[in-house]
Amino acid sequence: MTFTEKAVEGTGRFLDDRLRGAVSVRGFLRKIFPDHWSFLLGEIALYSFIILLLTGTFLTLFFQPSMTEIVYHGSYLPLRGVRMSEAYASTLNISFDVRGGLLMRQVHHWAALLFMAALMVHMLRVFFTGAYRKPREFNWLIGIVLFTLGMLEGLFGYSLPDDLLSGTGLRITEGVIQSIPVIGTYFAYFLFGGAFPGHIIIPRLYVIHVLLIPGLLLALISAHLFFMFHQKHTQMPGKGRTNANVVGAPMYPYFMAKTGAFFFFIFAVLALLSTFAQINPIWLFGPYNPSGITAGSQPDFYMGALEGALRIMWPWEWNIAGHTLAFNVFIPALVPLGIIFTGAALWPFLERWAIGDYSEHHVNDRPRNAPTRTAIGMAAITFYGVLWLEGANDVIAAQLQIPLYTLTWIARFAVILGPVIAYWVTKRICLGLQRKDAHLLAHGVETGIIRQLPSGEFVELTRPVPEQDRAALEYNRVNAPELPRTTPDGADAVPAPETRSMLGRDRVSAVRRGTEGIPVAADGHGNGHGNGHGAPAAVPGGAHPALEQDAADGADGEGHPPSH
Amino acid sequence: MSETNGSHRDEPPDEPGPEEPRGPYRVIGTPPPAQARTLLGEAEHISTEPVVRELPAGPDDPKKATGAERIVAALFLLSLLASIAFIAAYVALPVHSLDAVFRSNLALGLTMAIAFGAVAVGAVIWVKVIMPHVELVEPRKPLASTPEARAAFTQTFTEGAEASGFVKRPMLRRTLIAASAGLAIAPLVLLRDMGPLPGTSLRHTVWRKGLRLLVYGPNTPIRPADFAIPGQMITVVPDGYQDNQDALAKAATIIIKFGPGQLVPDTPRTYGTKMNWTVDNIVAYSKICTHVGCPVALYEETTHRILCPCHQSTFDATRGAAVTFGPAARPLPQLPLGVDAEGYLVATHDYYEPVGPSFWERG
Repeated sequence: MTFTEKAVEGTGRFLDDRLRGAVSVRGFLRKIFPDHWSFLLGEIALYSFIILLLTGTFLTLFFQPSMTEIVYHGSYLPLRGVRMSEAYASTLNISFDVRGGLLMRQVHHWAALLFMAALMVHMLRVFFTGAYRKPREFNWLIGIVLFTLGMLEGLFGYSLPDDLLSGTGLRITEGVIQSIPVIGTYFAYFLFGGAFPGHIIIPRLYVIHVLLIPGLLLALISAHLFFMFHQKHTQMPGKGRTNANVVGAPMYPYFMAKTGAFFFFIFAVLALLSTFAQINPIWLFGPYNPSGITAGSQPDFYMGALEGALRIMWPWEWNIAGHTLAFNVFIPALVPLGIIFTGAALWPFLERWAIGDYSEHHVNDRPRNAPTRTAIGMAAITFYGVLWLEGANDVIAAQLQIPLYTLTWIARFAVILGPVIAYWVTKRICLGLQRKDAHLLAHGVETGIIRQLPSGEFVELTRPVPEQDRAALEYNRVNAPELPRTTPDGADAVPAPETRSMLGRDRVSAVRRGTEGIPVAADGHGNGHGNGHGAPAAVPGGAHPALEQDAADGADGEGHPPSH
Repeated sequence: MSETNGSHRDEPPDEPGPEEPRGPYRVIGTPPPAQARTLLGEAEHISTEPVVRELPAGPDDPKKATGAERIVAALFLLSLLASIAFIAAYVALPVHSLDAVFRSNLALGLTMAIAFGAVAVGAVIWVKVIMPHVELVEPRKPLASTPEARAAFTQTFTEGAEASGFVKRPMLRRTLIAASAGLAIAPLVLLRDMGPLPGTSLRHTVWRKGLRLLVYGPNTPIRPADFAIPGQMITVVPDGYQDNQDALAKAATIIIKFGPGQLVPDTPRTYGTKMNWTVDNIVAYSKICTHVGCPVALYEETTHRILCPCHQSTFDATRGAAVTFGPAARPLPQLPLGVDAEGYLVATHDYYEPVGPSFWERG
């Protein structure tokens, strides 16, 4: 018995006698974690959150959430003698009189940006690989709530210092709240304790920022991790990876060491950013004053799309029966992100209904193999992206020397046309990539060696795709689940009765679009055809003779075409 | 790690040990106690038998691993040194001035980054080179429970519901629901005192007849003659309220001087400047944008356009601040101006319409 074993047994006996964990903890240590670079994105968000908790706790030791007006007498000379709130003065104090205070403030702010950025990219990864599918819909929904809460948490957080920029953000927030029909004015007065700015909003935002939302985030993140753990992580397609297994390295020691290293790495990156990239230098903005403003006022990046939506909107307001409907404010504030969040929340269920796929999925899709989903995702990114860029239209206009109004007009069109174009282009690209995959599978990898046949013909030598890559190329399409058939067999067949209603017709069309793809024609799996996938619509007969040739080659040859 | 390990459990599901008395028999199909106890539900695959070795004890390439060990150890030491340097920087470097703070930030941030980064890099090399490469396969069972388990659950739940009488006794059920609704709604009244009711407060500002306009900043009153160069714009605040943020949030005003004939008068057919509210071609508009309330602080003299820097609502200062571009739907309200006995600019009335962003009761 080695020393390690003895040590483990001794401690283990003590704990197991009391807690009975040998079986469950061993299962925990042996838990398999699949590996893929994109699985790190969620970890970035998690570790940013932990860093936010640590640095945020430090900041609360010094920050005064108070709007009491005082005259500043601190270290920062340009503001000495200026009247300001205690919140702003204590933020100056953290920056200039607490050793490491500026560093912690900057790490906190950078970590908030990284948290939101990582959430975004993580959500996109989950969307584009189809990792939200059954059984993981709950985690997808939790993710959307986390993102929404993160936006609020960030907005409230950067409003706390009560500098000119953050006060302007609060003013806009108040104006937006006030525009909500019927309840808006009351909501604003209750939140701000009266007319803007009042004397209570900072303490209220403070308790929401340090207690309420972090508590919710912590609970939801715990649930998110628990579900992930319980359901086991998804894996990317590859050799030996199926819906019935998890392939990867065990939690202990591999994943533990890697994820620990990753946490330290993120902390290091945030420390570097905070050392060399100044963020939110509030001493330059001065204390908040409702009649002051600076040009180029920008919110943090995750609020940019909302800001852009406000800027892009038409000046549309109605007065009806003594009441004002400020469409120009509450529509951009609620509708664009409402579409994105509601759409994202409904999407797993819509997709399931539309293509009739009710099975469990543990192997992710490659985005190209779900062209419609990928195209919709790109359309959403374009929609959000145009709004986000428009949120900085004054900066862009100044940098690129484009007239400001022209830019806004471009954005007004682009926000509608951009997503349509993005949808179409993405779909074509996905189908093109599928074609490339099908070609690779059928013909093998080009070697660049040209050989002349006795007949005088030149051919290029190819070699078969290596087994490992082959599995990844084929998986999602040859293992696609059998879907309910909603299209009749032949042109003359009578459509099923349930497909003749309006909903039925929509569903047939949805199935056709949702399962559009290029058949994998290699090595006799045959599943590429006949299960609703590889709908012929994608490859009109005769339009791609080369591809049909491929298919023919693949069908009669056993496996890969000869590499001559 | 096989899935058929039910027989290895210390408590076989259907044969309670004869020697020890137990509680109520478990319903068939529910998990055995040992399984139910595992919080994460992961124990099913774990046999309690001794397992075959799954991880190699040594690295893939012992020679490389020895070299890597030195590098990793050096990195860990570097991290320790950086931590010591961090403490030293904290103790040695003062703050209290902009330059000192930046020096301190540089030293603390850099040492902190190295302290974390060196451990991170070291650990990655450790995993990649020293730990042997393994790929294990863990079976994944369908998440759904067996039909028997579900049936048993339904039965248990139904039994509970029946025993409680919740289903059979509608009076109990309905009164409980009513009580819950009361408990949920009653505390909401506690939120009422978070703020006063808006009433008509959004319709008024502190401006009133005879209140002087103070130049914002120096807070001095201003005579039309002091403000005689066309094209100038300044911010003014009501006398006595220059430090009252709540008042300024609505009352902040801009005045602009125009040359003769530049202002376009308001007529019943076209919107324009109310000329009898101006003094010597000086016109006063609310500084609070009618979109969402940012101060409209930018003025372009050549085009007479007032621009809000937040969302680029643009107002034509010669035409009663009518909207020419952007999301704002209404002109900036105009403040009626006059001069008092000493010749200073004063308001002759409050704004005649609510300033700032729209709200439901505005009408």
